[in-house]
Amino acid sequence: MKASPSHITQLKPKEPPEVMIHIEDLYKSFGENHVLNGFNMKLFRGENLVVMGKSGSGKSVMIKCLVGLMKPDKGRIFVMGREIGTLDREALDILRSDIGFLFQGSALYDSMTVRENLEFPMRRHSEKLGEITDTLPLVLEALESVGLAHTVDLMPEELSGGMKRRVALARTLILRPKIILYDEPTSGLDPITAKEIIELMRSIQEKYGTSSLIITHDVDCARVISERMILLVDGVNYAEGTYEELVLSKDPKVEAFFKK
Amino acid sequence: MNTAKPISAGFRHFFVEIGELSLFAGRFFKETVKPPFEFRELLRQCYHMGNRSLTLVLVTGFIIGLVLTLQSRPTLVEFGAVSWMPDMVGISIVRELGPVITALVCAGRIASGIGAELGSMRVTEQIDAMEVSGTNPFKYLVVTRILATTLMLPLLVILGDAVALYGSALVENFKGDVSFQLYFNRVFDALEYGDLVPATIKSFFFGFAIGLVGCFKGYYSKKGTAGVGLAANTAVVFTSMLLFVIDFIAVFISDIFYEL
Repeated sequence: MKASPSHITQLKPKEPPEVMIHIEDLYKSFGENHVLNGFNMKLFRGENLVVMGKSGSGKSVMIKCLVGLMKPDKGRIFVMGREIGTLDREALDILRSDIGFLFQGSALYDSMTVRENLEFPMRRHSEKLGEITDTLPLVLEALESVGLAHTVDLMPEELSGGMKRRVALARTLILRPKIILYDEPTSGLDPITAKEIIELMRSIQEKYGTSSLIITHDVDCARVISERMILLVDGVNYAEGTYEELVLSKDPKVEAFFKK
Repeated sequence: MNTAKPISAGFRHFFVEIGELSLFAGRFFKETVKPPFEFRELLRQCYHMGNRSLTLVLVTGFIIGLVLTLQSRPTLVEFGAVSWMPDMVGISIVRELGPVITALVCAGRIASGIGAELGSMRVTEQIDAMEVSGTNPFKYLVVTRILATTLMLPLLVILGDAVALYGSALVENFKGDVSFQLYFNRVFDALEYGDLVPATIKSFFFGFAIGLVGCFKGYYSKKGTAGVGLAANTAVVFTSMLLFVIDFIAVFISDIFYEL
């Protein structure tokens, strides 16, 4: 007997995850140095994607193209459905308010206090945070999320390397971004501080539900934080998969990344 | 040894630099009239530039006044023309020495400072961080600094001139028993609008050149930390050279007006 359609439980087809960043066929050269040679990538909502590559492999160039700090020679970049290359300055600035960027060397403004550093992004994007009469509670909340509320009146020169990285992370959080880009988040830090920063990145992702793109050459960082990894070799995405998949690969170029 | 090649390369580099500086100046004018305007930062920069250079300008001006009078005195005495001392010193200081020496002192103090500051911000990715946070770094850092030097230099020149004349009056008071009142009466009698106006206009251009070159060298600083030192150094050399070129053009033009 054929069951009537009303008795069949209709399985809803699973919706594909939302693509937050889509890079299509990206090329970038500096003279004769061809850094990116057709790089492709997708970052999905809520995921932690690690892009690994040797120093000088074009990871930082790729991430700078993503936020419009560099113009690619060829290729298209979509962030939350909007193509970066077609946006004017105003539209790009609005889109940038949804992207947090943690720079390799923290990039805190030397001449400003920690508070002023955190208030700086709010100057242009105050409408995003609604009517604000006092910015201090927001600054303190962001600093508390990285465990450094007591540094609010200090100057960057008074902070250690790890503290600077945390304050920079708080600055990326101040505008409640949907995507956070991490450029070598653990470089130049001792292993204990590096571990603390990785834990912090995880907790921020859980708390705020951000999508994270992490550029690194630190295998330990990749192991702990990645849900998916891309290996960038010779300007292209050479291998892709989870950490466990890649670590078992027999490809010599992939193996070279994970050799102790 | 063939020296033609390095010389031609040097010339080429020089003209490329002039071209880039002109484009930079063009961008400055374009960005200056476009909102949003950074008034708060402009005031902060005016205060910093004026305050940081004031002591140096006053000390230099005072010594120039003293030395010029002491050096000229024997010759004027020999020709029986010592009574012309206030006229000679007043005209030399107001027309030429005051603006040029103040500008050179400020080139060493301000242009190198701006070059090093912006260079270090470029190297440590602070300028990129500013761009990503939605603030136009050219407007915030460059436009405010160039406007501040352009506005503050004429004020510093006026103060430098006043102190130089006071130094000269002091010598005349000690050596020639000339009262301060008589000395300054003679100075003001000798000075005409034709001496004051071109000198003041020239000072605005000097200030503009100091800010422009300092910002240009710092903003496009390359080659890491070594580039920061280079930016500061070349900013002073290039500005000093440019000041003399501007001075020559200014004197040439005002001379044409005198003849008319």
